Amino acid sequence: MALPHPRVRRAWVRGALLAGILGLALTGCGPHYVLLHPAGPVAQGELHLMVLATIAMAVVIAFVLALLAYVLWHFRDRPGRTAPYRPDWTHSRRLEVLWFVIPAVILTVIAVPMVGQTYALAKLPPKSDPLVVDVTSLDWKWLFQYPQQGVATVNYLVIPTGRPVLFELTANSPMNTFWIPELGGMEYTMSGRVLPLWLEASRPGVYWGHSGQFSGVDFEQMFFTVRAVGPSQFQSWVATVRRTAPAMTEADFRQLLNPGTVGTLTYASYPANTFPAVTHGFTLNGGMYMVMGNQPKDNASQPMGSGAASPSRTSREAMHTMPGMSGR
Amino acid sequence: MPAFVPYLLHTLFPPTVLRPTEIGADVLIVATGVIIVTVLTRQKKWGWLWREWLTTVDHKRIAVMYLIAAIAMLFRGGVDALMMRTNLALPSVHFISAEEYNEVFTTHGTIMIFFMAMPLIFALFNAVIPLMIGARDVAFPRLNAVSFWLFAFGALLFNISFVVGGSPNAGWTAYPPLTELAFNPGPGENYYFLALFISGIGTTITGINFLVTILRMRAPGMTLMRMPLFAWTTLCTSALILFAFPPLTVALGTSLLDRLFHASFYTLGHGGMPMMYVNLFWLFGHPEVYIVVLPAFGIFSEVVPTFSRKPLFGYTAMVVSVVAIMVLSYGTWVHHFFTMGAGPSVNVFFGLSTMLIAIPTGVKIFNWIFTMWGGRIRLTVPMLYQLAFIPTFVVGGATGVLLATVPVDYQLHNTYFLVAHFHNTLIGGTVFGLLSGLYYWWPKMFGYKLDERQGKWAFWLFFLGFWVTFGPQYLLGLEGMTRRLWTYPLGLGWHALNLISTIGAYGMGAGFVVLVYNVVWSMQHGERDLTGDPWDGRTLEWSLPSPAPEYNFARIPVVTERDAWWAMKARGETTAVRVRPDEISALELPRNSAMPFFLGLGFFVLGFGLTFRWWWIAGLGLAGILGAMLWAGFDYEDRKHVHAEEIRRIEAALGRLEA
Repeated sequence: MALPHPRVRRAWVRGALLAGILGLALTGCGPHYVLLHPAGPVAQGELHLMVLATIAMAVVIAFVLALLAYVLWHFRDRPGRTAPYRPDWTHSRRLEVLWFVIPAVILTVIAVPMVGQTYALAKLPPKSDPLVVDVTSLDWKWLFQYPQQGVATVNYLVIPTGRPVLFELTANSPMNTFWIPELGGMEYTMSGRVLPLWLEASRPGVYWGHSGQFSGVDFEQMFFTVRAVGPSQFQSWVATVRRTAPAMTEADFRQLLNPGTVGTLTYASYPANTFPAVTHGFTLNGGMYMVMGNQPKDNASQPMGSGAASPSRTSREAMHTMPGMSGR
Repeated sequence: MPAFVPYLLHTLFPPTVLRPTEIGADVLIVATGVIIVTVLTRQKKWGWLWREWLTTVDHKRIAVMYLIAAIAMLFRGGVDALMMRTNLALPSVHFISAEEYNEVFTTHGTIMIFFMAMPLIFALFNAVIPLMIGARDVAFPRLNAVSFWLFAFGALLFNISFVVGGSPNAGWTAYPPLTELAFNPGPGENYYFLALFISGIGTTITGINFLVTILRMRAPGMTLMRMPLFAWTTLCTSALILFAFPPLTVALGTSLLDRLFHASFYTLGHGGMPMMYVNLFWLFGHPEVYIVVLPAFGIFSEVVPTFSRKPLFGYTAMVVSVVAIMVLSYGTWVHHFFTMGAGPSVNVFFGLSTMLIAIPTGVKIFNWIFTMWGGRIRLTVPMLYQLAFIPTFVVGGATGVLLATVPVDYQLHNTYFLVAHFHNTLIGGTVFGLLSGLYYWWPKMFGYKLDERQGKWAFWLFFLGFWVTFGPQYLLGLEGMTRRLWTYPLGLGWHALNLISTIGAYGMGAGFVVLVYNVVWSMQHGERDLTGDPWDGRTLEWSLPSPAPEYNFARIPVVTERDAWWAMKARGETTAVRVRPDEISALELPRNSAMPFFLGLGFFVLGFGLTFRWWWIAGLGLAGILGAMLWAGFDYEDRKHVHAEEIRRIEAALGRLEA
């Protein structure tokens, strides 16, 4: 045999297994496992499905491993083995049907809730009043615009708890994905497209977000932070920003488009036409996917809505309108 | 100094190819080259190299050349992997720069898929398939050599990128707009697109060649349902290649038009649609996954019966499941980008189709296990890889089902969970399969066995190293670590698992070193295979001497059932391998040709010229290609006549001629 005496090897294996399980038990529940510590309903739902699928798959893995171990133990060619040698047993319709049906059943257990959940995630919760954030990925920074509030930030987000946030995602750079693991799954940001993604924070906290799609040399700078605060704190944050932060000028915007990295930035307002209005065709609004139309944004929640800051979005990219896309 | 010299130097040797690691690699390459040239000159082997190898059309020799190239590429891709793992071992390590890291993960993925897995698969196809189905060669021997040289020069073009001009750096998938000229001005991506384009032509030809070989050249009596399962998986792989490579060719070609001629298929502005590239790429990319894993399934379907001394369990179900996988694999590609907003209905469809493909795969796993049930299992190295494959691949498949669960994928897409998943299937499936096949068919290819003891050391290092590397990466995915990060800060808690993973990667590296030692040692001291049947095999290739003579079969066998050679042995036809002198007749064999080599060279020159937009060099290459094709068109003497006496003499020397 290859390695030391079998008994020594078995001891090694047992030790390694034990260490592995212990290590898992010690670290598996740590707060670093962001996917296992959801802070909002979207991530929570995705985690539920992950747990269900993991259990179903663990059953399969355990069964196969046990079967393999049994076969190896009994049918190894070694002195003193008692299991019969049956070279003619090469076919069993009953068994073959069985291992066609059992995986199918297990997969159905996963597939049914998967279908439901996929459709559910494509809709905002009914009767919700989402905060809208327009997200643009740039080389290598995130621009967040709050069209209802008229403010903008770079590389950090502040969102209210207990209220769905509708992110409208686009890019003015190579692709990235917009991902806040504790709040829910990711979605691509692509130039010429606006893709919707809704997330919600159930409890206050500071979460980190990142891009999952490699976008060039400073890709690792695509981290951002998300501060979830109570609704009133959110309003006061908006008010403070409007009072204290500078306005984003056209020149500031063009500066952001240049490749490079910046820290966090805050703007009390931003120029119009800096977010595309021509979209892929979908947005999340009023509870389900709808073709983006002329629905007024939620201006009621804008106590201090100043005319200058409210962006009317005529398209910067209107010239690229394609069949199947609908203009605003 | 003429004015063009600084320009030339700057274009060919920009700062990105003058980093210490690159210089070090260059020195190694030059040193190795010098040694090879010296040895060949000293031993006066140039003529031998040219006549016996570079111009050969013999499938067995082409197999060996594929194998050598694949092992070299495995080394290169492995070094890339170790550089990545070293940089990720601890937080904020700057062992290599971000630029270099981006190049290294790009070349790692590209090389491992296109220039390691594919040629290793073709090595085994070439080495085994004609012998297994009782044929004297493949259907188109000269095209077979063309395939090899297109692959070899494509691989060469890809690999010189880090010596001259700079490597590609946008990932093995090369998504636009990152590959657009505006974001990626260097020649690196040109290298990528052109090298894949050139080797892709070769791959397509190989697919056609083996499709025809298997459909048209089987021994009398070998019906489709009597074929060994490896022949079945080769047939299905070839069919997959034939229909999967065209979308890739389109994706590569249009990207090249974007970069070389300022077209706007996928550009950020001017109405480009990057997502169209993503669709085309994965329309190829998902079948490609099965192109590399089906041959492994075929290998295991030969290895398990041999080392269990039992026919394959559920042969019909195995064939049906291979064909089912082949068909279904065309309908799952969107699962690579559930997060691109295609809408819930599209995502659900592709999620379900992906889960569906798990069922035939599961059927195969159970059939292998039940082939062992009631058998006499011998734990040889090929069998160890198979036994390691089952748990590894089952975990890879199970995590694949997790990723096919659309909402779960929203969280896990492009994380280290995904990285771990596809390494579980590509290493656990493809690499374990190919290593199993190599150890299994090595005596047939070279006439000696690889040492079992060393092989087991390599196996355990590689297998345990694999799990230490990729087990932690699942957890890293749950910690939110996304792929292609060149470094990471301390505060995220990713460091412990990353360190473990890096240690595992070095374990796998050690396994590779032992593997190479095993090969080199066995060349000298390995057990010679004098019978041609060292494993007590079941299929026709084991009825031949090792290595088989140029014409393979002096007399084409007649097949009456599955596992033809096993059946002959069971019937006591001990003389089955012996041939009566009057059964031998003269043969027409394919004649060696230098055309494939020069055709490949022409493509290389064309690719090099296009990479740097030096049109006159490209024109030269194009002229070379056309010249080689004309040459082939007017070369009527593509066969050589071998007299019966000559064959009798060879068979007598092999001890196979009845007196």
